[in-house]
Amino acid sequence: MSAELFSVFYQFADVFAFLILSAAGLAIVFGMMGVINMAHGEFIMCGAYVTVGLVKLGVPLPIAQALAALTAGLIGVAVEYLVVRRFYKRPLDSLLATWGLSLIVTQSMLLIVGSSITGIGTPEGSFAIGGYTFSTYRLVLFACAVAVLLGLYVTFMKTRFGVLARATMQNAAMARALGARTGRIYAISFGIGAGLAGLCGALYAPTMTLIPTMGATFVVESFVTVVVGGANVLLGTAPAAVFLAIIRMALNASYGQIIGQIGMLFAVILIIRVLPEGISSVLVRRGR
Amino acid sequence: MFKLLDGSQTLGRGPTFWSCFLVVLAAALIYPVFADSYDVGNFSYFFIWIFMALGLCLMWGYGGMLSFGQTLFFGISGYAYGVLAINMGGGSTTIVALVLSIIIAMIAAGILGYFMIWGGISGIFFGIVTLSATLVLAFFLGQTAGPEWRIGSARLNGFNGMKGMDPLAIGDFYIEGVALYYVMVALIVIVYLALRMLVNSRIGNVIVATRENPQRAEMLGYDVRKYQLLTFTIGSGLAGLSGALYTSWGQFITPSSIGLPAAAMPIVWVAFSGRSDLTATLVGSFLLLFGFQTITVYSQQAALVLMGALLLATVMLAPQGFVLGVGKLVADRWSARRQRSSKLALADTSRLQPDET
Repeated sequence: MSAELFSVFYQFADVFAFLILSAAGLAIVFGMMGVINMAHGEFIMCGAYVTVGLVKLGVPLPIAQALAALTAGLIGVAVEYLVVRRFYKRPLDSLLATWGLSLIVTQSMLLIVGSSITGIGTPEGSFAIGGYTFSTYRLVLFACAVAVLLGLYVTFMKTRFGVLARATMQNAAMARALGARTGRIYAISFGIGAGLAGLCGALYAPTMTLIPTMGATFVVESFVTVVVGGANVLLGTAPAAVFLAIIRMALNASYGQIIGQIGMLFAVILIIRVLPEGISSVLVRRGR
Repeated sequence: MFKLLDGSQTLGRGPTFWSCFLVVLAAALIYPVFADSYDVGNFSYFFIWIFMALGLCLMWGYGGMLSFGQTLFFGISGYAYGVLAINMGGGSTTIVALVLSIIIAMIAAGILGYFMIWGGISGIFFGIVTLSATLVLAFFLGQTAGPEWRIGSARLNGFNGMKGMDPLAIGDFYIEGVALYYVMVALIVIVYLALRMLVNSRIGNVIVATRENPQRAEMLGYDVRKYQLLTFTIGSGLAGLSGALYTSWGQFITPSSIGLPAAAMPIVWVAFSGRSDLTATLVGSFLLLFGFQTITVYSQQAALVLMGALLLATVMLAPQGFVLGVGKLVADRWSARRQRSSKLALADTSRLQPDET
């Protein structure tokens, strides 16, 4: 019995980790600046490619993954400075600008690198409970997702940067008047968002085929999680991921991946009819 | 009726504009006499996509709803045409299949639109929900390779796509080549003029009022949701028209016509052209399709990089669109030379600028 229970938890953890890791970066950028980064998938792709490249050079996997996340974060800061910064007053145009960027990056990668490169293989290691075997790496991914949420909690609730960031989020003009450098805070937040996207790619790089268009496999999950979650990462994205993971897990188990994804989409369309501003709007209102 | 065609929501008015319109139309009509059949076929192919662009222009430029789901309805209708044409047999029934597939796309748009519009989502979320639905459809169709995925005798065939449906036909006469070209020109003229009349009608004024300020429009007593749903359904139905025509034109359709990067193309055409005017969209989309096709011959990736760069350049340099900007410049020069008061033109253009979208 406990083996079955663990199996259910394992499947839940697998989907939950995927949703959190793919959506966290997008949610931070949306929560802080009200911008949806359409090049989110390309930051994920960047993280994955850097990881695989470094591992092939002989760098140990965890260090390669950390460096990949850092690279994506730095590129994110540059992108914010060069492009996104101009569009904070025009959120729809920021959508278009980042989409243009995404097209440029994906297709240039196809031109330069070619359609696919050889992967590095999922780290070995599995364990058995009852009659079932489970992959250890999937639990590592779950642990990483939880760590990301904890890290975000600490960053935004316990540090000086967090206080300034939340002040900027609530009222940017007032925060600026009180001396917060909102431009820098936006740049750092965008960098964190891009870095988390890179981390997502880095963590999933060993488990999937690397192609320049791989970002597309993550964007649906990240979009719907942010739509359901709303503007707050901790109070929105996390509960949304729990909720969607339960739906997805149940459907995956009975009907397979694609029906799971379709079912999740239908659930999201039903939810926005009731909660157009996402789960966090309800939770935040209750909290006040 | 002419008043509706020449109304204030569309740029390009008066005898000068309509003379130009007639000249271009006449040129389009005699073009097949001079060009070889390959070029005529190519032009028909460009025309297929124009409907989708005009639909997006209506939704985005006039209605203020940025839908990223044009290829969703393109795909629904394209696949529906395939399934219907294969199952109902060829001949004149293909016309019925075309009409039915557009209706199916419009019903799908009505359902999705109901949940989004009545849920009250707008702006950015409208875009990413429609895009999510689009990508999910593309993923779904991509894994329907097995023989169990069939509707009647039509196999969906996964990534390789569905094929084997008949092209549009009347009895034994297949609408191909020059005949298809003339059908396309006729359809474009009808759709273009009908949309002009729609946006200049009472309904069109409410649609534009909703774009400018939904609350104010609602306070004036209009149920804006109904108008938004109508706009979304018509715009998506035009994408459906493109989809069904595309399937009929090439006798195949694949999931790659739906997913990325195909989903970005209508956005690039309309953004580059100038979303707030139908004529600019018509002209700009045709130019972009022509250019894209020319470069695709050498490298499809390079063409797509260029499209991405154009989108980025448009929002950074000319958020209202390049073609529209050039058009206004020419029109202003023209009226200045004829010593008209240019204030009039400026007043008109400023009325067409949306607040923030």
